[in-house]
Amino acid sequence: MITFEGVTKRYDDGTVAVDDLSLEAPTGAITVFVGPSGCGKTTSLRMINRMIDATGGRILLDGQDVRQIDPPTLRRGIGYVIQQAGLFPHRKIVDNVATVPYLLGWDKKRARARAMELLERVGLDAGLARRYPFQLSGGQQQRVGVARALAADPPVLLMDEPFSAVDPVVRTSLQDELLRLQSDLQKTIVFVTHDIDEAIKLGDTVAVMRVGGRLAQMAGPATLLTEPADDFVREFLGRDRGIRRLSFIPAKDVRLAAVPADLALDASGRPLGWRTTGGLLPYGTFNPERDSLRAALDAALLAVNGTAVAVDEDGRVIGVATREALDEVLGQYAARHTSPAPRDPRPEEAHRTSAAAAPGSAPEVPAEASGPDGHAPPDPGPGNHTDGEGPRG
Amino acid sequence: MGDEPLVRWDWIWRNWDTGRPDSILALLESHVVMAFLPVLFGLMLAVPLGLACARWRWLYQPTVSVMNVVYSLPSIAIFIVMLAITGLGQATVIVPLTFYSLAILIPAVVDGLTSIPDHVRKSAVAMGFTPLRRLVGVELPLAVPVVLAGLRVATVSSISLVSVGALIGQGGLGYLFIDGWQRQFTTPIVVGIVATVLLAVIADGLLVLAQRLLTPWRRA
Amino acid sequence: MNWLIDFFSNPTNWSGPGGIPARLLEHLEFSVVALLLAAAVAIPLGLWVGHTGRGSFVVVVSANAARALPTLGILVLVVLLVGVGSTWPVLIPLVLLAVPPILVNTYEGVRGVDPDLRDAAYGMGLRGPQVLFKVLVPVALPLILLGLRLAAIQVVATATVAAYVGLGGLGRFIMDGLATKNYTITIGGAFLVVALALAAQAGFTLLSRVAVSPGVRRVR
Repeated sequence: MITFEGVTKRYDDGTVAVDDLSLEAPTGAITVFVGPSGCGKTTSLRMINRMIDATGGRILLDGQDVRQIDPPTLRRGIGYVIQQAGLFPHRKIVDNVATVPYLLGWDKKRARARAMELLERVGLDAGLARRYPFQLSGGQQQRVGVARALAADPPVLLMDEPFSAVDPVVRTSLQDELLRLQSDLQKTIVFVTHDIDEAIKLGDTVAVMRVGGRLAQMAGPATLLTEPADDFVREFLGRDRGIRRLSFIPAKDVRLAAVPADLALDASGRPLGWRTTGGLLPYGTFNPERDSLRAALDAALLAVNGTAVAVDEDGRVIGVATREALDEVLGQYAARHTSPAPRDPRPEEAHRTSAAAAPGSAPEVPAEASGPDGHAPPDPGPGNHTDGEGPRG
Repeated sequence: MGDEPLVRWDWIWRNWDTGRPDSILALLESHVVMAFLPVLFGLMLAVPLGLACARWRWLYQPTVSVMNVVYSLPSIAIFIVMLAITGLGQATVIVPLTFYSLAILIPAVVDGLTSIPDHVRKSAVAMGFTPLRRLVGVELPLAVPVVLAGLRVATVSSISLVSVGALIGQGGLGYLFIDGWQRQFTTPIVVGIVATVLLAVIADGLLVLAQRLLTPWRRA
Repeated sequence: MNWLIDFFSNPTNWSGPGGIPARLLEHLEFSVVALLLAAAVAIPLGLWVGHTGRGSFVVVVSANAARALPTLGILVLVVLLVGVGSTWPVLIPLVLLAVPPILVNTYEGVRGVDPDLRDAAYGMGLRGPQVLFKVLVPVALPLILLGLRLAAIQVVATATVAAYVGLGGLGRFIMDGLATKNYTITIGGAFLVVALALAAQAGFTLLSRVAVSPGVRRVR
């Protein structure tokens, strides 16, 4: 667990980059710092591994003040990934990944074996290991950056806008990859981004910061979408909060109906379209085991008859979900979230407490702790992420 | 030498401006001419040659190789060869120094032109600049900082190299070194060194100033 | 061309203390020692200034001013002050000549390393000296070697002036030919100097092939 206690960074010229920041980044979860440029999110991150030293307050790593640890020693125990990957251009990929093991005095063979294992783990071909960084694409370099950060198996990973410099398609695949890795590894990750969608997708907890280095709200992504603490957070979250919120509701509770006769199937049971006199009409599919309610609703909207086709992993039809069936789930969901909890007059304080405290002491959103969200529990046990990942896929 | 001081100030006052060609002022004047003309000529040749190299990249490597050879020629040897061609005159020094300047300036012009970000070049094309307008209006101005950096090195080197010409009788302030050596007298040597360095520092300062004036967009 | 054939086919030019092998060896000795001394001063200083950023302004300005020092003037002054008799007076101007290119290129090389790379290196827990020697030096190596190469060429070409104050080296041929108006010898000596400078250049090109990681090799 990483704990910020009243952390302040004030530069000599009087600029305050981070102002009295208190929060906790729980063990084994992804905590995202998000905010506009100048909100002190990167500074906050860099104070954890002492790339920058705080001028006030303290940062605790599992209870120990980071200021008591010699910076290089501290940093060797913390994975660090930055925007441009920062790979050493003069070293082959395998040696880049093995940097920290070498520093820790591992023998060369073991370090390289570990590096090869990690390259495979982040989805890179073993043949790339002998190449130099300039021979790799931006996305590949970024994967190497992640592998390098994981090389010595540090419990904590700091990621400073790691995916900002790659194109959107690659970025999405890198994000999915990170979630997949995290479901295996359960590292304590602090992730900085200016992209709220990335924050919502990746974060178990999202800390929204405002210019001047102050915390605006800290909450699980689903809570953030439904209950932004103030106008700043609301504006920063942007449009379609309701729809985006559906990404956090799994589709597995949707009641499926039998396959109707007018759905044309091929020989192996995959959908072909909705039969009409004029021919086949478009259809949409979702996978109830893997997808969110958002995907199910989207599938329904694609078809003229408003019915979504449910498929299994192989794409074979297992049933259909009518609009009514979807409405039922939406209705149940809304009911759980319409009773307003007693509000603290200062929302910022309320949310800070909610994120920092144990699950039982966050009474305002009772559904969160056990609900389908899977994000908000501030102290997620192992496996939490596996649950949480399902509806995002 | 014994108690002979390093510098005898009275010698400087007496020889400052005697009206003869070996007075300090006259030597300074010829030094300036022989140092600056090569840089000027070098620049005039380097811009078109550099443009050609930037336009036809295959020209660049051979040009650089030739310039590297030129740069490794000992100046005194070239002066002597020139002596056979031009006879004794300022041209004996100016022509070889022009080639040295060229060796420094061509890479500078090419680097300057190739350092322009591609998006700037493309947007100039997209806005409908003709190649010539683009060159004059966009590419050359943006290449100025790099070219000026090369010009500074070329100018300072040129000022320093002129004095070697004294060995063949045309060296501006270099004459003071020969004079001092032959008479075992340090004052003219010190005067020559100090004057050469001062000249270089002033010229360098002027070029820095020129860079500020020519490229106001780079002032941070 | 005929002059060159005359020079190289004359057996008296090949033997004794004034012969080509002996002169070549002397020239090589001045040049190598001067280059090593300059490197010993300029590389650590350039690394330190580039790494810490301290004193960079002073270094750049003084290196530029040092380029202006006239080698001939420094040479005659040093010899006048300490007397002839050993080779080391010639080393002073040659070292002064070699320091600026090595210093400036080393400094620029280290300073020019991508800040992200530095950040990543520190972030992974490398200590200051490890960042310098494991990351900054290997990445800056092409520029450091470029500085050494430029210095070597200049030193080899300029070491010829040593002959003016009675010291050896290939400059002897040039000066003796000049004094006796026997230009065959002068041209032959100049040819040898150029050959030596080109050999130095080839040597450094070869060295950078071997020493520089393919990951940072840039087309120059």
